[in-house]
Amino acid sequence: MRTLITGGRVIDPASGLDANLDLLIEDGKIVRMDQSVPGSGFQVPRSGSRVADEKRGEKGAKNAESASNNVDRVMDATGLIVCPGLIDMHVHLRQPGREDKETIATGTLAAARGGFTAVCCMPNTDPVNDTRSVTEFILDTAKREGAVHVYPVGAITKGLKGEELAEIGELFEAGCVAISDDGRPLMNGELMRRAMEYAGMFDLPVIPHCEDLHLSGRGVVHEGLVSTELGLGGIPSASEAVMVSRDLLLAELTGARLHIAHVSAAESVRLIREAKARGIPVSCEVTPHHFTLTEEGARRFDTNAKMNPPLRSEADRQALLDGLRDGTIDVIATDHAPHTSQEKEQEFDLAPFGVIGLETALALTLTTLVLPGVLSLKQAIAKMTSEPARLLKLQKGRIAEGADADLTILDPNREWAVDATRFASKSRNTPFHGWQLKGGAVATLVAGKVVWEA
Amino acid sequence: MGLAHKDLLGMQELTVEEIRLILDTAESMKEVASRDIKKVPALRGKTLINLFYEPSTRTRTSFEIAGKWLSADVVNVSTSSSSVAKGESLKDTGLTLQAMHPDIVVLRHPASGAAELLARQLTASVINAGDGAHEHPTQALLDLFTIREKKGRLEGLKAAIIGDIAHSRVARSNIRGMQKMGMEVRVAGPRTMLPRFIDRLGVEVFTDLERAIADVDVIMMLRLQIERQQAGLFPTLREYSRLFGLTLERLKGAKSDVLIMHPGPINRGVEIAPDVADGPYSLILNQVENGVAVRMALLYLLAGGGQAGQSG
Repeated sequence: MRTLITGGRVIDPASGLDANLDLLIEDGKIVRMDQSVPGSGFQVPRSGSRVADEKRGEKGAKNAESASNNVDRVMDATGLIVCPGLIDMHVHLRQPGREDKETIATGTLAAARGGFTAVCCMPNTDPVNDTRSVTEFILDTAKREGAVHVYPVGAITKGLKGEELAEIGELFEAGCVAISDDGRPLMNGELMRRAMEYAGMFDLPVIPHCEDLHLSGRGVVHEGLVSTELGLGGIPSASEAVMVSRDLLLAELTGARLHIAHVSAAESVRLIREAKARGIPVSCEVTPHHFTLTEEGARRFDTNAKMNPPLRSEADRQALLDGLRDGTIDVIATDHAPHTSQEKEQEFDLAPFGVIGLETALALTLTTLVLPGVLSLKQAIAKMTSEPARLLKLQKGRIAEGADADLTILDPNREWAVDATRFASKSRNTPFHGWQLKGGAVATLVAGKVVWEA
Repeated sequence: MGLAHKDLLGMQELTVEEIRLILDTAESMKEVASRDIKKVPALRGKTLINLFYEPSTRTRTSFEIAGKWLSADVVNVSTSSSSVAKGESLKDTGLTLQAMHPDIVVLRHPASGAAELLARQLTASVINAGDGAHEHPTQALLDLFTIREKKGRLEGLKAAIIGDIAHSRVARSNIRGMQKMGMEVRVAGPRTMLPRFIDRLGVEVFTDLERAIADVDVIMMLRLQIERQQAGLFPTLREYSRLFGLTLERLKGAKSDVLIMHPGPINRGVEIAPDVADGPYSLILNQVENGVAVRMALLYLLAGGGQAGQSG
């Protein structure tokens, strides 16, 4: 199978490449990258499909140069952007255990639709991914049913109970790319220290969900004006920042690689910025909902605006934008957290925390960050490709001859309305239903194979 | 003019004119209570369901009497929180009730926002009788009615609300209602019971009771939930009472014609001394009495003869 992508603007943040190039793909790898020649014949007229394709031997390919002579498919990417396949290092696929919310099949299809070619799934499944057998189950299922690559994240402690370390060595051997207590903050600082020391033996990043459960208490939204007005329990920013602070100190103590999940508060950004300046091995991520929305989202008790950490104030959101701009925040990740409608259609206090994000993340990044100039297109792509690949040591997230042909073709000008009823995800819990967004993926290729196209 | 709403979820959504309409209507309703035969046919053939997920004596009884005096059929559904935990969601309860074609559902619920959630399920009018720490609009309306009755006006008056502001729906509804009617509002209580951003609601914040009540026209004491002690919000009842209990001694620094209110039920000797609760300035029982009239007015405006009541 040979595929040719012609005429696209190829952006590869890892190498700094930004040029109009044709990419020839064979056996799942990028085998040739050539200067795009306008009118060379690679380009075919746009048909109904966003990415026009053409079979070998049909009209239009006649004049193509030798490379295209025995190409199975030509994809015309004129006016589009070709970038490394997006990597989401923070999703919940819910399988095993909560297949009513999401499965590896549906979650990875949602990923493909959103332009992602790889996702890292968090260990809070049932059973918890704290043993080799669960990791292998996830990897096997992903291989059989998954649309994109799946990299499991293992548990820090057995059953995420925060009591004893999981078999981190075996999780690493089985294929886990990081360890995390996501959703169940590790309150025991001593155990966190040991986990970091232990993970350091395998150079595995530790991904804490930073939250002091005592400070959060029964809080369900950010402690701010909205919690005050609505009489909802508030989660102060300090709940996150106190634990960010603890974990930064422990990273300094242990030298382990720390990656802080879903940063939401200005205080956290400040602490991480200072820690980076002092050389502490820390990285962090932000979600599209945190850099797009504020506490105001919960104003009408909309449970699709209930997530943990909560949507915070506009000042916090601005701090997140600053953190993205100055590089304090390395990665954009979704924290895709599917929940069923009946779980979300409850009293605000009772509804579960979490929103889905795979099918809106790229468009929100383009609309909220790139369009207003917070990030350049290349910077934004880096935070969704080369940066997560670097942190997780994946041989992914780059475009080069010989590299895996995991590619996303995106249309920065495509305007579309979010319609959750048409999501590939099993769940519908997005706060962005009905939003008008600009830009998004039009085709996703995993190992040279088109797994989704508009 | 009528109420341009299907529901009454909070003081937040009411305009000044609507509040005035409710209070004016309540005045004529109050007259019914003084009759020998306390019954008018305004809501004959209408069904009112009291759906209470929290224990309540005065609010539930008040709605029940208000409905009955207006000739509505009143059904009380008491659902303890434990049976909620057992299964049926509020949404399903709402759909079940909907199938029985009630005209008004009065909801009391421990979760903020529950009334809004139910209102989305029902074509019937939903009256919020207290949702979590969010709103308790009928309490605020009866408080405004009581103040207006005693003082002859609302505009320009000063009120101090004292106690656990953070967990109080009464405080939130009254702050909104009083401010809309041109009153100045202060809050006072232990710092642990004042929301961090309460000042952004436009209230003056005090942690000293005597300073807070010094020159106000109305003192509204809130009930202290004893279980807040375990949550670490105050050390002991003794200390709470010493710092924030309203006593005759403390009242000496207040205006001579100050009104003292409390939504009840009161903790005698904790937030309010018995001789204050039973004293000449106390309006606690007037509040209860007026509660029936205000609720009659609301029921009437939402489901009865209020012209816009059914189209809104």
